[in-house]
Amino acid sequence: MPMTIAEKILARASGKKEVRPDEIVIADIDIAMSHENGDMVRKSFLEIGVDKVWDPNKIVIIFDHRIPAESEKTATSHKALREFVKAQGIKNFFDVGRGGICHQILPDEGYVWPGAVLVGTDSHTTTHGAFGALATGIGATEMAGVWTEGKLWFKVPRTIKITINGKLNPNVYAKDVILYVIGKISSNGADYSAVEFCGETIDDMTIASRMVLTNLSMEMGAKTAFTPIDEKLKDYLAKRDVKGNPDWTLKADPDAKYAEEIVIDAEKEITEPQIACPHEVDNIKPISKLGRVNVNQGVLGSCTNGRLEDLEVAAKILDGNKIHPDCRLVIVPASQEIYLQALERKYIEIFIRAGAIVNPPGCGPCLGIHQGVIAAGENCVSSTNRNFQGRMGSKDSNLYLASPAVVAASAIKGYLALPDRLKDSNDKEKSYFSDKKLEV
Amino acid sequence: MKIKGKVVIVLGDNIDTDLIYPGRFLNITDKLETPKHLFEMSHPDLRAKIQNGNIIVAGANFGCGSSREQATAAIKYANIGAVIAKSFARIFYRNSINLGLPLIISQDAAKEMQESEEIEIDFDKGKIKNLTSDKDISAISLPKQALELIEGGGLIASLQKKYGK
Repeated sequence: MPMTIAEKILARASGKKEVRPDEIVIADIDIAMSHENGDMVRKSFLEIGVDKVWDPNKIVIIFDHRIPAESEKTATSHKALREFVKAQGIKNFFDVGRGGICHQILPDEGYVWPGAVLVGTDSHTTTHGAFGALATGIGATEMAGVWTEGKLWFKVPRTIKITINGKLNPNVYAKDVILYVIGKISSNGADYSAVEFCGETIDDMTIASRMVLTNLSMEMGAKTAFTPIDEKLKDYLAKRDVKGNPDWTLKADPDAKYAEEIVIDAEKEITEPQIACPHEVDNIKPISKLGRVNVNQGVLGSCTNGRLEDLEVAAKILDGNKIHPDCRLVIVPASQEIYLQALERKYIEIFIRAGAIVNPPGCGPCLGIHQGVIAAGENCVSSTNRNFQGRMGSKDSNLYLASPAVVAASAIKGYLALPDRLKDSNDKEKSYFSDKKLEV
Repeated sequence: MKIKGKVVIVLGDNIDTDLIYPGRFLNITDKLETPKHLFEMSHPDLRAKIQNGNIIVAGANFGCGSSREQATAAIKYANIGAVIAKSFARIFYRNSINLGLPLIISQDAAKEMQESEEIEIDFDKGKIKNLTSDKDISAISLPKQALELIEGGGLIASLQKKYGK
């Protein structure tokens, strides 16, 4: 029987020859990741009353949501988890200053590979489908179950195939592509489903860009999402210390059954940057339809768009420019490694000279805890993943989700703006992307 | 499993986990402490109104967004008896089963129910009755295994039986 990627992985992990959508299977877990909420998992695990976790080598703990600790409460919970990690012999632990955002650290430290089953106590765990893993978010108590048994029940998801063809237009990036898709199918359009992205537009994308697609698939309800397992991915993982056995043959069978097939012509349909307007991620408008929206803060970072290519775009736009006096720009590299690369490439210097503030790698202000919370009446343009009411601070603030290019351009202008409308310091029109192709 | 309770609030579509439990309180990892921030931002008065066994009614995609278990815990430990919605987001759905919070899916609940009305839910049969308006409302119950887990007190209780000392 022909199978999709999700079906193949779940069949392998549950020891079956084949599986079908809606079938319940019990799958072995290859990697179980938690961030700070590992403390909640720890509490549930202790309640269960088992002494030792099932396999300390398969558990990864990465602090990223509240680093360095923003409150005594967090500090206490960090401490408890550090002690637990030591006592349980969990070596895959990335403390403050030793890692970055969990979804960047997992692939970069080799905890993800094609064919793996990965669960994380974070909804954006879907990101790892860019590495060919069946990766999904679960809650803390469920994770305590995984720490106990090393397995988990899954309902085999139906699969939606999204084919995207055509060259990306100027100023259009992976972020605009996925926002367009979410706008098209809505915030629950892929509920409980797996998504397979394919087509020449996806083939042309860097791994970092593909991660934007799989990451934001969560915002249309997807259980898991995949981009192609190809030579590009092989090259990426070749530089990493991969901890498992990648299945490089993994792909959907040509006659696999899809619940839905969507075809998008990126060149014709996505002609300009897409913006997710307050307060829902599927409230998508092309930037030209928005009129003037003043912004008080820009945020560049997160598991969605805090990678080197995102910082590079922003650096090109910000180079020699100043942030608008009525706007702040908060920049958060996704990991220590990316931070170092950005330093070496002088991006950080460009940011500082432009008047941006650079936060330590982590989730930063994305979930409204610290490092850039916004006030009532303020508008923020952000490269992050959610614009829910009050997500980044006051319930009376507005969040606009956009690509890193739009965030940087808007921070200079003080309103939602396109990069190519910007003027340089001599007030001359300047095109930033005319001939430079990003190679990251 | 059958419950009777009063509707405490009727909500719309896409009620996300940030609305249910704001991100800034995620440093609370003790489940019993979570209810004090339930709907704090969007419905600050709700918490005081909730009586044991009250029912939350909502539209589609309830609990979308983050995997934070605090969202489910805050509802469960505020002693809400059940949540009825058009549909539930995936992680919230699983979290509720694992924490033992009864859910039931109903296309018509949000339009057939009002605050303060008395509702009866038969989870096994997938039936809802609005006792105040004396109307039967169609519903879809959770899978049998999920209901068993909820009735048994959730995943921890079930694993305690299997592995606990």
